Amino acid sequence: MAVQDALPGRVGSGGNAVLNDQRVRGVIFQVLLIVAIVSFAWWIIHNTAVNLRAQGIEFGFDIMLDSAGFQINQTLIDYQETSSYVRVYFVGLFNTLLVSLIGIIMATIIGFVVGIARLSNNWIVAKAAYVYIEVLRNIPLLLQIFIWYFAVLRLLPPKREAIDLGPLGLLNIAGWYAPSPVFGPGFDFVVGAILLGLAASFLIRAWARRRQMATGERFPVFWTALALVVAVPIVVYFLADALTKGAPLTMEYATQGNFGPRGGTRIFPEFIGLLFALSFYTASFIAEIVRAGILAVPHGQTEASFSLGLRPGHTLRLVVIPQALRVIIPPLTSQYLNLTKNSSLAVAIAYPDLVSVFAGTALNQTGRAVEFILITMATYLAISLVTSAFMNWYNSRVALVER
Amino acid sequence: MKKPILPLLAGAAFALTAASASAATLDDIKAKGTLQCGVSQGLPGFSNPDAQGNWSGIDVDTCKAIAAAVFGDASKAAFTPLSAKERFTALQSGEVDVLTRNTTWTMTRDTDLGLNFTGVNYYDGQGFMVRKDLGVSSALELSGASVCTNTGTTTELNLADYFRKSDMDYEVVAFEKADEVVAAYDAGRCDVYTTDASGLYAQRLKLANPDDHMILPEIISKEPLGPVVRQGDDQWFNVVKWTLFALVNAEELGVNQENVEEMKDSDNPAIKRLLGTEGSFGESIGLSSDWAVSAIKAVGNYGEMFERNVGPDTELGIDRGLNRLWTDGGIQYAPPVR
Repeated sequence: MAVQDALPGRVGSGGNAVLNDQRVRGVIFQVLLIVAIVSFAWWIIHNTAVNLRAQGIEFGFDIMLDSAGFQINQTLIDYQETSSYVRVYFVGLFNTLLVSLIGIIMATIIGFVVGIARLSNNWIVAKAAYVYIEVLRNIPLLLQIFIWYFAVLRLLPPKREAIDLGPLGLLNIAGWYAPSPVFGPGFDFVVGAILLGLAASFLIRAWARRRQMATGERFPVFWTALALVVAVPIVVYFLADALTKGAPLTMEYATQGNFGPRGGTRIFPEFIGLLFALSFYTASFIAEIVRAGILAVPHGQTEASFSLGLRPGHTLRLVVIPQALRVIIPPLTSQYLNLTKNSSLAVAIAYPDLVSVFAGTALNQTGRAVEFILITMATYLAISLVTSAFMNWYNSRVALVER
Repeated sequence: MKKPILPLLAGAAFALTAASASAATLDDIKAKGTLQCGVSQGLPGFSNPDAQGNWSGIDVDTCKAIAAAVFGDASKAAFTPLSAKERFTALQSGEVDVLTRNTTWTMTRDTDLGLNFTGVNYYDGQGFMVRKDLGVSSALELSGASVCTNTGTTTELNLADYFRKSDMDYEVVAFEKADEVVAAYDAGRCDVYTTDASGLYAQRLKLANPDDHMILPEIISKEPLGPVVRQGDDQWFNVVKWTLFALVNAEELGVNQENVEEMKDSDNPAIKRLLGTEGSFGESIGLSSDWAVSAIKAVGNYGEMFERNVGPDTELGIDRGLNRLWTDGGIQYAPPVR
């Protein structure tokens, strides 16, 4: 303001002087912009309402409480044909979140491995990673989903036969019939032992860190934690097995029935196909992001680390990766968002995600396009904003702290 | 500065609103010179494109008959392939003028969706197809089976009703495109394929070994299939409805593709009224007096249309059954032209 006041006013007729004032013009353009945006929004809403009325289509969200009447194969929550559309929404939402979450974890792991392999001194490893990246990121995702679902998974044996994976259950064209755990009476003790082990491990880690800072002596935290979290519960398991009647944990396997295997935990081929396609595709982008992040750390850091006597593994883990993460996290967030949104391609292979069952089947059975699409868009927006918020928080943690 | 923009935007909004809410479909169709029909993405016997992209089938013929009634020229019919999911939105939004896409007439669709069903060009019912080697002879033995179907159809709802009623469990695999459903069933992803019985006969032709599959005897639903128009335009509703009635009346009166010109001189007043040599029935729905003549010349009467596309002599080989005229023991019946 002070700057503008200091500007010499233009000499001219009274009206022009006001219009030429930068402040006045600024306000005028702001007001115009707001009016334009509000009018546009009003026009869209008004137009929709008028057209819906003209065509005799009702608008309202009370339809959501009606019973859906159709079946969905993969449901994480209890669902029947008599359930309402609200429940259909949650079934779809959880299926979307499930494939996105596992996809993000898988894509991150594969992406980091391939990205680091791309920088390996081993020629074959580096070239293999290079080929992986170039092939997968240059083939459209929908095509990869089709390849996984219609080509790869369709090669599995028919429903009434199956590949026996031994302790991992059965595998055929109708999916993977994993064993499902059946918890016996003594299993609470095992869970308790694991939780206690975890808590103790955290305390030991804090203590070990303090001791190392004070004395320089190191303590084998990892092995101790492993013993506490894994070995102790195993001992508890066998104790519980001996003391109570019946094993604390048994596995129930699928058995062949009339129409293929029954029982066990069913993992649908639609889920596997979509998960693999999403993970491998996104991993190829993450690999490049990881490579870029690592290359962004000056070589002097590695040399300094070597000259201090750290081995290559330690150098990567303690010196390079923490610095690389600052470069990696922001673009990684976009990839996570992409994966989540790309999961809506599920509709192509009958995986019951949000778009498929809610903005698809439910919309079609009711004909309420506007309501269902609005809710679906708002949901994806919310998922993306939450993911962004989390990644921003993580980014601020790893960001460079200047002292 | 602020004033002019609002009226401008409001004006534009009004102009666009007015354009999209226009009601006189018949005038629009005449103005643009083609009739846009929504059809399936490929269902032999109903609407199926050949290698040259020419559409054929009973739904396609229904569309051609309407085009002939409006323009006197069946080649003015144009086709938009739609998935089950897309069809109603395409009609509501005006992308197509009429939906001739084996669509089941239900109360929700007729009321809630802002649509009107104009009649029934095929009485169908839902059935099941299974592999013969499954050793199943009745749909009641299907407990525990996985069933492939199309998403967003009445089929999906009937299926749920039937299995729930019979207290059987099942797994549904619902695809958006009919071709994907057939491919999934053929690959063995599902034990059962369910859709309208006519569809089962049609899709069986697409399977690798059609003879390895059988259609179970149960018909679990009523599926009256017919053309659909938007609600709120009675004139267009009448045109579509009466074109279909004209084809059924023509069969009943013995008028067919070949004899339609001679029949104009018939002494039977009912035939004279249908063919426009007596009265002005065509004009009363906004068409010319020979509207029915054009329609019958284009596709024949209802019986001819049926025999040519789905009847016993076609590869589908479907018996006329319910679709016989009421005079032959079926339920195809049209109100008189008078």
